[in-house]
Amino acid sequence: MQFGLSDEQRMIVNTTRAFVEAELYPHEAEVERSGHLPLDLIRDLQAKAMAAGLYAANMPEEVGGAGLDTLSWLLYERELGRANYALHWTCVARPSNILLAGTPEQRERYLMPCIRGETWDCLAMTEPGAGSDLRGMKASARPDGSDWVLNGTKHFISHADIAGFTIAFMATGEEDTPRGPKKKITAFFVDKGTPGFTVRDGYRNVSHRGYSNAVLEFDDCRVPAENVLGEPHKGFEVANTWLGATRLQVAATCLGRAARALDHAVSYAAERRQFGQAIGKFQGVSFKLADMAMELKAAELLTWEAGWKFDQGTVTEADMSMAKLKATEMLAMVADEAIQIHGGMGLMEELPLERIWRDARVERIWEGTSEIQRHIISRELLRAVGG
Amino acid sequence: MKVLVPVKRVIDYNVKVRVKADGSGVDLANVKMSMNPFDEIAVEEAIRLKEKGLAEEIVVVSIGVKQAQETLRTALAMGADRAILIVAADDVHTDIEPLAVAKLLAAVVKEEAPGLVLAGKQAIDNDMNATGQMLAALLGWSQATFASSLDIAGDKARVTREVDGGLQTIEVAMPTVVTVDLRLNEPRYASLPNIMKAKKKPLEEKTAADYGVDVTPRLTVVKTTEPAGRKAGVKVGSVDELIAKLKDEAGVI
Repeated sequence: MQFGLSDEQRMIVNTTRAFVEAELYPHEAEVERSGHLPLDLIRDLQAKAMAAGLYAANMPEEVGGAGLDTLSWLLYERELGRANYALHWTCVARPSNILLAGTPEQRERYLMPCIRGETWDCLAMTEPGAGSDLRGMKASARPDGSDWVLNGTKHFISHADIAGFTIAFMATGEEDTPRGPKKKITAFFVDKGTPGFTVRDGYRNVSHRGYSNAVLEFDDCRVPAENVLGEPHKGFEVANTWLGATRLQVAATCLGRAARALDHAVSYAAERRQFGQAIGKFQGVSFKLADMAMELKAAELLTWEAGWKFDQGTVTEADMSMAKLKATEMLAMVADEAIQIHGGMGLMEELPLERIWRDARVERIWEGTSEIQRHIISRELLRAVGG
Repeated sequence: MKVLVPVKRVIDYNVKVRVKADGSGVDLANVKMSMNPFDEIAVEEAIRLKEKGLAEEIVVVSIGVKQAQETLRTALAMGADRAILIVAADDVHTDIEPLAVAKLLAAVVKEEAPGLVLAGKQAIDNDMNATGQMLAALLGWSQATFASSLDIAGDKARVTREVDGGLQTIEVAMPTVVTVDLRLNEPRYASLPNIMKAKKKPLEEKTAADYGVDVTPRLTVVKTTEPAGRKAGVKVGSVDELIAKLKDEAGVI
């Protein structure tokens, strides 16, 4: 076993952390206050992220990415995770790995402009009536000649407002399986401006201010057959093969955010004096710090191990679910306790803690709720004994 | 032209420094270490000279413990071409004194024959501000310290120096030793693709003995103490009150 970072990984952490502190932190307060990420700010930060090679770092070298292994990529995500999520995600963007599943023509048309920072992708899966039960989706596509015609509504679609296109997952029929009938799903590229495709503003939400979500409507939206990503009816397989370690990405983000909250809590506990001594001398505070640090470390170890196994090809669904579940629940606890240690000051916008606390809430919901993660973990246990 | 840039591994400037319990020095165990920020500026300047076509090769050298190779890798990831690590200590708490460092660097200069040595004006750990000057003296080269701008034309370098009370511009003959100040440039990030490439760049490992230099300390640290804490300030109610206090109590106006 090897728990140390390589020279490269240490430098990746240093560069990313230095970038986050120097370039992203200064804009956090304004983005949080306005809930808006201006396009000229995005462009400015994007150019800086590209110069530092941080942009599209998840992509392989042959398409212009940094070619990071999963563990190094997760370290990068952890450092970015310290900052406001809109700044983190949009200005230091990484195209979805699923774009690598495209044909050479699709890569040229959709992936490369994302890597060059000319546009962004967005994934449209969730629907008002289909959340955890994705296969229950109503939006559908029917073949018509050599085209497909898309109808339905998707919501909670992240940064669809700035994306140049979406990858829409649509029901394209039903098949019988040993466990009953199951919807067949197909993934389609749909360009902005395609007749019948409308992007509407989504909801204002408590977490991730400035990171927009949108409602996507498809009304007899016609796309040609070459817009199918992967094989028709194999949309889920494409997603499962190519979406990769998104749960680990969420976990890594939580690690960075929790580390930042813990840094604040430790400094405050060492400096703040009440009843004649630093509050860190009171067990009520110091034991909280010990528990926070221990929970953070446990979540880190789960995440790094799953990331390492991802590259060895030995990772299981349960490994990734455990990392996601532990890291998101750890963040909720660490953010909450960091505020408790700060008292009233922890709730003020002058510190990033109230933001981290708000942001923590969505992490237990998206990319699979905590309940779905527990389901995946227990299913793996039970299936092993025929249950 | 070849440029030699010495880089030192020092306690990270963001770390809150703690004095060891026995007062023998600063506690460096499990503390984040980084490249001396002035040396980063020197590396950046060397890279810019290379980008302008004024330098062909950048060689970085670090003297100290084996872990200094991390510092060298960072310099390589920023854009240096080659690295030399001179291991001169086993304990991270051992600081190699400026004269020994200058002697080792002089030996490296004899071997490498660079046209320019670009160094940080001082390391932020001990703030000696001596190595560059000693190196120039040992080599019999010209020196330009505290550089805030550097222009090289042929066998001359024009250097603006940040001195007390203003800026001084001097011209020195090449080869020369230039020590750089804070405002010379803003160092770039070691970019992710360059970090990955840095591992393929050569890093040669030597020892102080290879150069026949005795690095035994000549100085004795008597005592290390934390700086005295600042006294609490006072709030003044008005500008008039402030002026009165500055006049009558502080006596500064």
